[in-house]
Amino acid sequence: MSQQNAIAPTGPVKKHMGLKASRALGNTAIYLLLIVVSAIWLIPFICILLQSFRVESTWQVGYVIPQQWGLDNYKGLFETDFPRWYMNTFIAALCTAVLQTIIVLCMSYTLSRFRFKMRNGLMRFMLILGMFPGMLTMIILYRVLKDLGMTQANALPGLILVYVASSGMGYYVSKGFFDTIPKSLDEAARVDGATRFQILKKIILPLSKPIVIYTVLTAFMGPWGDFVFARYIAFGSSAGSNVAVGLYNWLSKDQINTRYTMFCAGGVLVAVPVTILFMCLQKYYVEGVTGGAVKG
Amino acid sequence: MKTYSDLEFLKLSKGEKFKYKFLSFFAGIPKALLNLLLALWNLIKGAGVTIGKEIADICSTFIHGDWKTKLSFIFMGFGCLARGQILRGILFLLFEVVFIGYMVLAGGYWLGMLPSLGVQGPTKEYNEILDVEVTTFHDNSFKILLYGVLTLFFIVAFIYTWRQNVKQNQLAEKILASGKKLRSGKDDLRSLVDDQFHKTLLALPLTGILLFTVMPIVFMILVAFTNYDGTHNGYTNNLFTWVGMDNFNTMLSWTAGKGGNTQSYSATFGEVLVWTLIWAFFATFTNYFLGMFVAMAINKKGIKLKKVWRTILVLTIAIPQFISLLYVSKMFAKNGIVNGFLMSMGWIQEALPFWEDPTWARVTVVLINIWIGIPYLMLIATGILMNIPADLYESARIDGANPWQQYTKITLPYMLFVTGPYLLTSFTGNMNNFNVIYLLTGGAPTNPAASSAAGSVGYTDLLITWLFKITTGAESQYYLASVVGILVFVVVALISLVVYNVLPSIKNEEDFQ
Repeated sequence: MSQQNAIAPTGPVKKHMGLKASRALGNTAIYLLLIVVSAIWLIPFICILLQSFRVESTWQVGYVIPQQWGLDNYKGLFETDFPRWYMNTFIAALCTAVLQTIIVLCMSYTLSRFRFKMRNGLMRFMLILGMFPGMLTMIILYRVLKDLGMTQANALPGLILVYVASSGMGYYVSKGFFDTIPKSLDEAARVDGATRFQILKKIILPLSKPIVIYTVLTAFMGPWGDFVFARYIAFGSSAGSNVAVGLYNWLSKDQINTRYTMFCAGGVLVAVPVTILFMCLQKYYVEGVTGGAVKG
Repeated sequence: MKTYSDLEFLKLSKGEKFKYKFLSFFAGIPKALLNLLLALWNLIKGAGVTIGKEIADICSTFIHGDWKTKLSFIFMGFGCLARGQILRGILFLLFEVVFIGYMVLAGGYWLGMLPSLGVQGPTKEYNEILDVEVTTFHDNSFKILLYGVLTLFFIVAFIYTWRQNVKQNQLAEKILASGKKLRSGKDDLRSLVDDQFHKTLLALPLTGILLFTVMPIVFMILVAFTNYDGTHNGYTNNLFTWVGMDNFNTMLSWTAGKGGNTQSYSATFGEVLVWTLIWAFFATFTNYFLGMFVAMAINKKGIKLKKVWRTILVLTIAIPQFISLLYVSKMFAKNGIVNGFLMSMGWIQEALPFWEDPTWARVTVVLINIWIGIPYLMLIATGILMNIPADLYESARIDGANPWQQYTKITLPYMLFVTGPYLLTSFTGNMNNFNVIYLLTGGAPTNPAASSAAGSVGYTDLLITWLFKITTGAESQYYLASVVGILVFVVVALISLVVYNVLPSIKNEEDFQ
């Protein structure tokens, strides 16, 4: 630092020009970098899209652009269990979006707004619970759900139950949001004689649109990407699988040669609606993610 | 080691500063562990004192209470009923009736069987009329353990409710003695949406967590002390029973395991654990720094189309992970696009062993994880970078700081300060990152030395994917999976505790304000 201070007074004009040139150079380098990065990030998706239209062969090949284009793979999907998996996942996602949002908001609102005796203990307890690998619980849940007839072909209700039941533990992001709503609002309403329920309904909820949308969005996207719980509960039954489990099996050694391009087509059909939804609500997602990381 | 005061610390050279921080981090670990033990001891002591106080309080309530209170010790809710709090009284009484009924009809049986987990396994008898062997099922170890645990939960709940019942009487006496009125059932109901509203809100989430997380975890911890596996499923083939610490001994001792494997479980566990930690370290920090770098590149003044670059990256978050992971995994396969492309360009002669060679596979998963993780980190970093006051950079520039100095003195400390806890959670999250590993490699390539009865362990297997393989493998050694799960918990908890206790000291040093 001392050296630079010594140089600085020699030629302020010269340095200014140098700065400009170096900034232009730096920007060019950054543009190059961003183009390369974007290419790397997009190439796999372009590849999957292109390969879903390939009809000359159904297995993996070393080239990307199909020699023969067609919709055979998409048509083929409807002769398999794919529509069933799709519906399973879609219904699970819808139910999870509604129920999980209610549960998460109840939990986070309570922990943000109320000061009760067990509050700190409860939060610490859930932190510790979260350190157990969640997969471990599936061994018993599978057997219990099986006794209740909610596995394999009837996996859907069981799956929704598993997604929703413990979702209260993921309260961190929305609690962070509620913490930022000034408490003086609550107090003012209390002075005016509102009950706690009225405060929630008339004051907090109208202010919470961003976090509600964030919670619905993440809850809706969760089931589309879940593999492990769905795999446990469907356990070998094709009718009870979700898209992740079903498509995963298509890439197994004995199926990949006949199903690879259909996997691509299925992937595209799953990705497109979810991506469009996500892109529409992107703003809320970004707010939630950045807020959540800062507040822990 | 020598500790420096703030002033002395600032006088040190750069290398010495780093060395000091580095050493003080590790020097802080024993202290953190000691604090942990102390905290545990205090917790136990505190619990003992509380129980003592409660018992004393119960006794004094009984001695000083009137006859209504005394009767309530046996007939729960009697005091409430006698004093006109009908709703509360009925609920208390109903709970007691249900509890006693359950214990007599079922709970007693489950509790009684809990120490043995069942005595009579399935029996086969020859049925002369049908001319076939008929299997009769008797005890069900799984149900005994499950309902045994539930019954214990129920008993705890009953004791708690009983204590509340006693407390209610004490309170009611006090209120009446001071000449005030007791709350009516209507008041109680109204309070559920008002000053007791938190109980209403928490009822549903907590019930879910209790039934679907707490109870299964307690159950699985207990399974670690049994021999529950595919051949002892507790009902249709053999019963399972308590085996004490045997499973932990198997997992942690150095003798070779069963199943003719060449390597002991402990050696396998050690290898998998070391790779899990290495993976978590690289997965967390490569993403963190590269994500921050990309965010800074996009945020830089003079860069246009900021939104477009960001959207391209965010696209990867939107697409369900299993699609991108499975597809990318196949791209890097021997006959996949990447190898095909490289060969058609003539850059390589043979396919690169992305998933066949242990080192290649490990590096590849870390690289692909960067691809998965950067968009997310980019979003987080963007949000935080925008919050850094611009005048900090302004004044740094006037003082003649170059971009690198600005980065190390302003940006990085600020980022670390704000995202410290996030780094920790993302580290532990990566330790349990099932999807990335399982969908990319499935743990492959297989480690021949470690392939044992406990599923075939591969070089990229994390503890969590190993656990999954154990439970879904041919032998379904649930007890071993439980042991691994408990050990994962211990490792994660230790790391979290140590880092949390050491973190503030690092934070304070880097707090530049």
